[in-house]
Amino acid sequence: MSKGSPISPSLMATKSAGASKAPERADRTADAGVEHAAAVSPVLGPNNVVPPTVMTGSQAIVRSLEELGVDDIFGLPGGAILPTYDPLMASRMNHVLVRHEQGAGHAAQGYAMVTGRVGVCIATSGPGATNLVTAIMDAHMDSVPLVAITGQVSSGVIGTDAFQEADIVGITMPITKHSFLVTDPNDIPHVMAEAFHLASTGRPGPVLVDVAKDAQQGQMTFSWPPKIDLPGYRPVVRGHNKQVREAAKLIAAASKPVLYVGGGVVKAHASAELRELAEITGAPVVTTLMARGVFPDSHPQHVGMPGMHGTVSAVTALQQSDLLITLGARFDDRVTGVLKTFAPNAKVIHADIDPAEISKNRTADVPIVGSVKEIIPELTEAVKTQFEVAGKPDLDNWWTFLNNLKETYPLGWTEPEDGLSAPQRVIERIGALTGPEGIYVAGVGQHQMWAAQFIKYERPHAWLNSGGAGTMGYAVPAAMGAKVGEPDRVVWAIDGDGCFQMTNQELATCAINKIPIKVAVINNSSLGMVRQWQTLFYEGRYSNTDLNTGHETVRIPDFVKLGEAYGCASFRCERDEDIDATIQKALEINDRPVVIDFVVSPDSMVWPMVPAGVSNDQIQVARNMTPEWEEED
Amino acid sequence: MSRHTLSVLVEDKPGVLTRVASLFARRAFNINSLAVGPTEVPGMSRMTVVVDADGDLIEQVTKQLNKLVNVIKIVELTSESSVQRDHILVKVRADAATRLQVTQAADLFRASVVDVSTDSVVIEATGHPEKLTALLSVLEPFGIREIVQSGTLAVGRGSRSMSDRALRSA
Repeated sequence: MSKGSPISPSLMATKSAGASKAPERADRTADAGVEHAAAVSPVLGPNNVVPPTVMTGSQAIVRSLEELGVDDIFGLPGGAILPTYDPLMASRMNHVLVRHEQGAGHAAQGYAMVTGRVGVCIATSGPGATNLVTAIMDAHMDSVPLVAITGQVSSGVIGTDAFQEADIVGITMPITKHSFLVTDPNDIPHVMAEAFHLASTGRPGPVLVDVAKDAQQGQMTFSWPPKIDLPGYRPVVRGHNKQVREAAKLIAAASKPVLYVGGGVVKAHASAELRELAEITGAPVVTTLMARGVFPDSHPQHVGMPGMHGTVSAVTALQQSDLLITLGARFDDRVTGVLKTFAPNAKVIHADIDPAEISKNRTADVPIVGSVKEIIPELTEAVKTQFEVAGKPDLDNWWTFLNNLKETYPLGWTEPEDGLSAPQRVIERIGALTGPEGIYVAGVGQHQMWAAQFIKYERPHAWLNSGGAGTMGYAVPAAMGAKVGEPDRVVWAIDGDGCFQMTNQELATCAINKIPIKVAVINNSSLGMVRQWQTLFYEGRYSNTDLNTGHETVRIPDFVKLGEAYGCASFRCERDEDIDATIQKALEINDRPVVIDFVVSPDSMVWPMVPAGVSNDQIQVARNMTPEWEEED
Repeated sequence: MSRHTLSVLVEDKPGVLTRVASLFARRAFNINSLAVGPTEVPGMSRMTVVVDADGDLIEQVTKQLNKLVNVIKIVELTSESSVQRDHILVKVRADAATRLQVTQAADLFRASVVDVSTDSVVIEATGHPEKLTALLSVLEPFGIREIVQSGTLAVGRGSRSMSDRALRSA
């Protein structure tokens, strides 16, 4: 144990001059003279053995992050976190200085979503910490592995309403997987290791580490790896064998099965396993908003996205099904519509790593708790065995029905009557010209739904959005984080004119740190989804949804000028014939961010739609148009 | 709605009571009573939570509680398989004329008088919640000035220990 280096080598190393990524990623594992602890450790990172070394709490935070294998951090300093920013300056880790802490949080989310690694954000106490709240809540709803580190006022003044004091542990308690308040610097290594373990295992989620300023400044003895002591945390990974066999029996007996696939399959990196199960069973696959791309859109068994704005074929497949094979999905109200009318004749197999999701909304006939990464291959084997015994069920009628729906009710749009471009076309062309290797990050609203519908996703981790939380403003900072995590991919933020105005300050971060994202502002000059609901359900009374950013308005702000002010290449596209050329121009620029103001019609609406409060059977393919169901009971 | 008693073994860490209580609040589960205290294992506390909920809901409560990292183990204790006790302190109006009647009533319930003044007594009683309700109804005519009641405490019958099993599986 004595062979470890006595002081942190990275604390001595000077940071490379470039503002972009730290040069070597894997060098620490190859460090000579560093022993490695046991191969199976709950402590993330290479588990280098560091013998006891005296340092400050701040140095321990930075060293812990390094030992945990962190490469990139998003944050913004302030008084209570200042001590930690000092050793951070000398670290090999790349810190991206954001312009607003919410941007740091979403960037860490975007980073985590594309890399599968834990995203890290740092903020100071009080308002710095509360600015992270939206991103933490977003990560909680969408199960994103995130560690948020916040400075806290010194332990002696906690509870006195000190300057920039906020009880951020209390504030975030309902929206974190877990949280820590650190007042003793000696706790830092094990708390950091526990935070990363909790964030990244089981059902991933956000973990907050709030560190009092005196704990950052105090002396402590650092050693690595620390001992993780979480007696109440034992996520189940392997599915129960008997339940898996029961599930296989139901699959063999079903005549209208559907694989209802959610974001959990993306998080578990189980798309290959899913594909095998799908092809063995021959069942149709629906991919939820959080799961777009985990099963290729081009695959003949893919019948679309379910839910409020899902395809007729996907929504109807679930409604008419006799067996839902639910994998890493949670029967969200945006998928089920009115719950008691959802898939009324279906039995339910529900596989999820979070036992609390099972039978929360819809009672499961066969619950399987565990990671879908483990469960799906076992289920595939069990299904094969079952098919050998009982024969493979005949799904021909089911497929005839579904293929007919796919052909009769494909996704599409009507051309706007005001002569402006259809937003759907803009988004469809971005996807077509960029291709499935790109990464697409949406804000929230109409453009988000169109981006989920009209871009073809062929691989997981290519589609990012704020699903559960519905956070307007997610796109630009999350795209920034995604680009840092996957610098070689084209990253598009598909944003709305409303969303874009909430977080576009991060364009400065992108421009200065050479993070060349591309932002497509789908500018319909309004809060489009709200406007759509006003059109449909409030007699067209457009209360407070006009933003004056589009065609024939004052254009405040002018997105082209705004992009230029932030050092971005900026274009405006107002005609259908310019769409492709503008996208091509953006794709050729890689030395700075690009902002495109796509001026589109405010009258375009998202279809199909299941209005809120009604059964999914009432899906409308266009206003007041419900599909004909003569073929089925 | 039926009454359920949950015994919750938790790590003795700051904020754990808040985590449990706020979980009940935000999932809209109603706590009937709650009692917390240390256990025979250092660093571990035990909460007894009584909730009114239907069967499905109690399963959801238990699952959500289990997700809390500081919660080690949860057991539902039925009235048949466990001993359940509440503790109560009642201040009752009692002057020279009525004091004897009041103390006799207390005796019937094996309650004891722990404080006496010229016009009141404080009675301490322990028992199953139903017994305490009966005691209160007997004392009521004399005039009850104050009631302080603990949450229900519950322990499983027999030799097995909740913390033993929890630690072995941990």
